[in-house]
Amino acid sequence: MVGIETSDDAAIYKVTEDIAMIQTVDFFTPVVDDPYTFGQIAAANALSDVYAMGGEPKVALNIVGFPNCLDPEILGEILKGGADKVKEAGAVLVGGHSVQDDEPKYGLSVSGFVHPDKIFKNYGCRPGDVLILTKQIGSGIINTAVKAEMASALAERESAIVMASLNKKAKEALESYPVNACTDITGFGLLGHCMEMASASDVTMEIYVHDVAYMKEAADYAKMGLVPAGTYKNREHSIELVDAGNVDEYYLDLLYDPQTSGGLLFSLPEKYLSEALADLKEKKLDTEVSVIGRVTEKKEKFICLCP
Amino acid sequence: MITVNAMGDACPIPVVKTKKAMQAMTEPDTLEVLVDNEIAVQNVTKMAKSSGGDVTSEKLGEKEFKIVIKMSQVMSELKAQEKEEDVDCMPDRRKDTIVVISSDRMGSGNDELGKVLIKGFIFAVTQLDELPKAILFYNGGARLTSEGSDSLEDLKGLEAQGVEIMTCGTCLDYYGLKEKLRVGSVTNMYSIVETMNNAGKIIRP
Repeated sequence: MVGIETSDDAAIYKVTEDIAMIQTVDFFTPVVDDPYTFGQIAAANALSDVYAMGGEPKVALNIVGFPNCLDPEILGEILKGGADKVKEAGAVLVGGHSVQDDEPKYGLSVSGFVHPDKIFKNYGCRPGDVLILTKQIGSGIINTAVKAEMASALAERESAIVMASLNKKAKEALESYPVNACTDITGFGLLGHCMEMASASDVTMEIYVHDVAYMKEAADYAKMGLVPAGTYKNREHSIELVDAGNVDEYYLDLLYDPQTSGGLLFSLPEKYLSEALADLKEKKLDTEVSVIGRVTEKKEKFICLCP
Repeated sequence: MITVNAMGDACPIPVVKTKKAMQAMTEPDTLEVLVDNEIAVQNVTKMAKSSGGDVTSEKLGEKEFKIVIKMSQVMSELKAQEKEEDVDCMPDRRKDTIVVISSDRMGSGNDELGKVLIKGFIFAVTQLDELPKAILFYNGGARLTSEGSDSLEDLKGLEAQGVEIMTCGTCLDYYGLKEKLRVGSVTNMYSIVETMNNAGKIIRP
């Protein structure tokens, strides 16, 4: 039902007039040391693609790569973390497949359902929309600082909580609104995903740089050069199409920081904003919600950064 | 001249190596860092600039870059200087004491009395010779930093003298005060715990 040309988050198959099936798969290598937390993060990340399409995950399968030389108990912890997240999502884990691998890998294949009229597309933003982001950014930079052993324990914990939290509540809070577009923020960084949405919708997004919620320490680490390689790639990819004004260097690094299991980005007509924010508040998310900008008619560049 | 060889090292190792070399410097010197990718050049440059270094870089070959960092001061001197400057420009009346206020009344018994007492307490804090570093407000304490509080003037005065006034965001939300905060900033549980953990002394009325 949606093509690859607009880089949507998952595949959709219309089963009947009322039911469309969403199918997605995602897995990666460990981003944190603790196996249980890694399992939670990998699962939250895979489930997120279903939420980003407006769907409800129903069935999940494990995908595992694991080396022989590691203690099988570690694998047990990873799987437990994943299973707990699937349960929290209200889906069932029905099995999976594992292969021997040099480096541990974990993720899920997830099937979910959505009413065909209720699908969140990742294009369709209209001038007059506001942009709502449901998780603070900065996990890529914090993960790099953790690797460098320069991250504070608090930063590490905040980042783990942000990555492991499901996008379920955010999706549920906004599903009854006429959402014009939605995507989840992952490897391309906030601006990379904004760019995808803006270009597919043929509009310009004004991003209020200083309103974007981010993990406090991430700004410090960005200044210290603890910036992952992905940030530079993301930046190179689209900076030509961004009017960056005179935004500080480290802010650009933050905005292009690749996120692991990032939040949802909603494009919603402005008149629903205060109601939508109240509903999000009521859901008591574990992450920070921020209104990061608005959509205007297409100008010269797809993205315009405003201080 | 100190040379740091970070050839073949992926991000963030070049930054880590350079930083360690900087920290080990005992006198002003020049650091030469060798790396094999552009990203490392940018990251090391950022780190060196934020540490007060004078940075230039050049491409030596296909996969060979040299970053030259001139440090006119070593890191420990920079830190010492920062401290001195603090003392010079403004006698700092703040210590590492934190005041934690978790209710809009002081003590238990009569609520009216409790409210009078807390107002008196905050006023008394303004009169201390050495002001606290920060005052944290949570739960019912959030009412004291919001519209209608009798202590706003005192708290604004403290804030103007550099005392951090921080109110728990969840609590403001809970009491419907988010739009009504009138002094200081909103904080979260991480900052609250971190602030308490770093405190030399915590005062609770």
